Amino acid sequence: MGKFTLCDVELWYNDFKALKNVTMDIGANEITAFIGPSGCGKSTLLKSLNRMNDLVEGCKITGKLLLDGEDIYGGIDVNLLRKRVGMVFQKPNPFPMSVYDNIAFGPRTHGVKSRYRLDEIVEKSLRDAAIWDECNGRLKKSALSLSGGQQQRLCIARALSVEPDVLLMDEPTSALDPISTSKIEDLLAELKKRYTVVIVTHNMQQATRISDRTAFFLLGEMVEYGDTEQIFSLPRDKRTEDYITGRFG
Amino acid sequence: MKMRKIKDLTLRGLTWLCAGVTAAMLLFLLAYILLKGVPHIKPSLFALHYNSENVSLFPALVITVLTVALSLLIAVPLGVFAAVYLAEYAKRGSRFVRLVRTTAETLAGIPSILYGLFGSLFFVAWLGWGYSLLAGSCTLAIMILPLVMRTTEESLKAVPDSYREGAFGLGAGKLRTVFRIILPAAAPGILAGIILAIGRIVGETAALIYTLGNTADVDPSRGLFTSGRTLSMHMYSLANNALYTDQAYATAVVLLVVVIGINALSAFLAKKIVKR
Ligand SMILES: Nc1ncnc2c1ncn2[C@@H]1O[C@H](COP(=O)(O)OP(=O)(O)OP(=O)(O)O)[C@@H](O)[C@H]1O
Ligand SMILES: [Mg+2]
Repeated sequence: MGKFTLCDVELWYNDFKALKNVTMDIGANEITAFIGPSGCGKSTLLKSLNRMNDLVEGCKITGKLLLDGEDIYGGIDVNLLRKRVGMVFQKPNPFPMSVYDNIAFGPRTHGVKSRYRLDEIVEKSLRDAAIWDECNGRLKKSALSLSGGQQQRLCIARALSVEPDVLLMDEPTSALDPISTSKIEDLLAELKKRYTVVIVTHNMQQATRISDRTAFFLLGEMVEYGDTEQIFSLPRDKRTEDYITGRFG
Repeated sequence: MKMRKIKDLTLRGLTWLCAGVTAAMLLFLLAYILLKGVPHIKPSLFALHYNSENVSLFPALVITVLTVALSLLIAVPLGVFAAVYLAEYAKRGSRFVRLVRTTAETLAGIPSILYGLFGSLFFVAWLGWGYSLLAGSCTLAIMILPLVMRTTEESLKAVPDSYREGAFGLGAGKLRTVFRIILPAAAPGILAGIILAIGRIVGETAALIYTLGNTADVDPSRGLFTSGRTLSMHMYSLANNALYTDQAYATAVVLLVVVIGINALSAFLAKKIVKR
């Protein structure tokens, strides 16, 4: 059984059907990539995995979404769900406070008070996100003074700070330069040993480089889902082939 | 190319000129008041009690500070929490929200004498508080409430949604997100609103004459129910009397210092609160 089990998931934004009949298993300790043209529902599906869609008015979801067999849209505590399923957004969004407080916000939210423990968590998270060396010594500085690439790694560190099982990433490198991008890709390879990662990307090379499994979406439908190697070398569906060879989208 | 350069230069010159004129007017005003006022600041102006000999501004100074403090104490929590409700909790575009917003906008545009009239009918007469610090402060609190609420709401709305997503994404609840992330991020805007409100309180006369009274001295034994007048009202009275023109200018200098002081203090306090 996978980390996530999705069965017949459909999602509406008011009258607009953004996801149609999505059924898939997302494996633990794997990197799963969502690809597809703009507007096909990748972010929508990603956000339904930790119920960030709840914030959108008029959003309705049906079908089954299970995390470790537990219904995500059942009686689960949303805040605990989001602690287990962390998220990194397309645009780096550090809070307007110090680097330290950015990382400490999550653990403090979940009841960590001891200064010593917080110091530990901050250092560990920053190390895990490969940004400790650049931040050490400026922990008290505003996070907004970091570069875009550093901010994104800070946001990854922030997501790691609450010790999630799963990391959802929505185009985490689309605003970054090649060097920061490759740093984050290396990081993901490292993280997947301990976390389950689901990543949305527009970059085919990135998907082939880092992911184990790839799902291709089109107009709210999951067209094809399989091992990354197979999807990119022997796509079964004509539409997948057209997309990855750049014939449309 | 040439044309473009000329245009660029003219525009730059014009903006410079406008900035210069604005600054010059302000400086001129300041210099004028300082020159006319500073030489007339004497210890007797700060005598504990007012009489027609010393025309002491001390009672008015105390009343000014107390009025500002009391009005803010009432209006800021109310206004900020109302704004938090409107911006963060209420369903966007609901009828109730629109009603509250329209009411606030209307209230913000009403001439202050009407607030004074209401205050004198309601607080002074109906509740029987008489001309008092309490009646005056409550009246002003109502007057600045829409201002505080609107500026707070605007600054809350200006906080990017990505902060909210970031906080919710970490499993923070609504309350924690609002108080630890959104409000601190909006603090500079809220503070700007409060400083505007302070300006209105300090400069107000019409709303106070029939609520705070207009007595030059105060009676400390009556506490919140003492009548009195603020520095602005005091100045108005002095300026009406040709004998006291010099003292009026001296009072103006003190008023300036008080306003700067109160603003600095509120900036300091706001920073402290946000830091925590
Ligand atoms: N809050 C919303 N309200 C209404 N419709 C929405 C909302 N968010 C997304 N949609 C619609 O749902 C569809 C899927 O959007 P989504 O953001 O999931 O696309 P995406 O695959 O992530 O695209 P991109 O690659 O551009 O990020 C789009 O047609 C979009 O217009
Ligand atoms: Mg997207």
